[in-house]
Amino acid sequence: MATSKVTTATFDAEVLKSSTPVLVDFWAEWCGPCRAVGPILEEISNEYGSKLKIVKLNTDEESAIAIKYGITSIPSMYVFVNGEVVTQIVGAKPKPALLKDLESYLV
Amino acid sequence: MSDVRNVVIVGSGPAGYTAAIYAARAQLDPIIYEGSVTAGGALMNTTEVENFPGFTDGVMGPDLMDSMRKQAKRFGAELITDDIVEMDLTGEIKVLKDGSGNTVKAKSVILATGSAYREIGLVNEKRLSGHGVSWCATCDGFFFRGQTIAVVGGGDSAVEEATFLTRFAEKVVLIHRRDSLRASKIMADRAKNNPKIEFMWNTEVIDVLGADKVEALKLRNTVDGSESERAFTGLFVAIGHIPRSELITGQIDLDSEGYVICEGRSTRTNQKGVFACGDLVDHTYRQAITAAGSGCAAALDAEKFLAH
Repeated sequence: MATSKVTTATFDAEVLKSSTPVLVDFWAEWCGPCRAVGPILEEISNEYGSKLKIVKLNTDEESAIAIKYGITSIPSMYVFVNGEVVTQIVGAKPKPALLKDLESYLV
Repeated sequence: MSDVRNVVIVGSGPAGYTAAIYAARAQLDPIIYEGSVTAGGALMNTTEVENFPGFTDGVMGPDLMDSMRKQAKRFGAELITDDIVEMDLTGEIKVLKDGSGNTVKAKSVILATGSAYREIGLVNEKRLSGHGVSWCATCDGFFFRGQTIAVVGGGDSAVEEATFLTRFAEKVVLIHRRDSLRASKIMADRAKNNPKIEFMWNTEVIDVLGADKVEALKLRNTVDGSESERAFTGLFVAIGHIPRSELITGQIDLDSEGYVICEGRSTRTNQKGVFACGDLVDHTYRQAITAAGSGCAAALDAEKFLAH
């Protein structure tokens, strides 16, 4: 499953009310490390999308949500379960390191 | 992959890509591991590069790296966007393992792994990383619109970051533990003439305060030892770099700071067939152009080694 885009309008339904865990990738076009980690998240989504939904939130376009969750560095990858932030990953990481951080959601 | 390559280049950035361009043009069929999230190197997190020769009006760091990458590709370098996670450089045939578990063998290796951001080393710096503590002004400056933030450091990167951050912040305080900047004069003057930048000389950051985000810094005067607190919502750390030599420790001779030691003016390391270039060897100049120059030298040294 490819990643999808979330906006302020869809955040509630897509993230907070999701029945599966959701990783929200807070990113922006101008951020080099965000562009570097983007394809890795795409791969993880293709491989594990049924267990962990991965969505992308553009902090440039949807700054209200980024501010609400106190984002000050991007990429920030927050995992939401039942509407709550349960894991926070800050900064681009290689795929094996990300898989390790996320392993409890991928089994 | 059971065949033995002529040359494997580890790390991208100006050194790695230049080595790839030269090695590819020498028909050594190089393979370059660019790094899964570090491809392009330190310049990917910069904005305008004004001092790379040949670009009259300057060039954006990421654009410069993209051009070097394409140039390497044009001559047939094989580009792999993955990390090298293990290296055995001691034998005649070098064995390297990538992040996907593949093994590659080579007669020669060019190390161009660059450097990583140096941390101040405070517990709360790590804890609040991503919650007001940042190492990338171009990534995170946007989130500090209208706020008062601190940049710690006194070199080119600190001054460049402070100047860049004035686009967003209300005020940027540059905290430096000495009484003058190490940065180049043109950049220092630009910062000194910027009304949004304030300098705190002879000051070091000894703690980052805040429950779940940065609220203030605890500071110490390096002359009289007096301590104080000052409110900030962000801290950008730009106190230099440490060479990324952890994978080769024990195989390649390093100096006390972890930089690779090369033989004389060459790029040859103590292991036959292993060459090093860029920020991994250079604690003096550390420029895009010097890195590119040493990458060129490494490819030429490798070519000469392979011919014998």
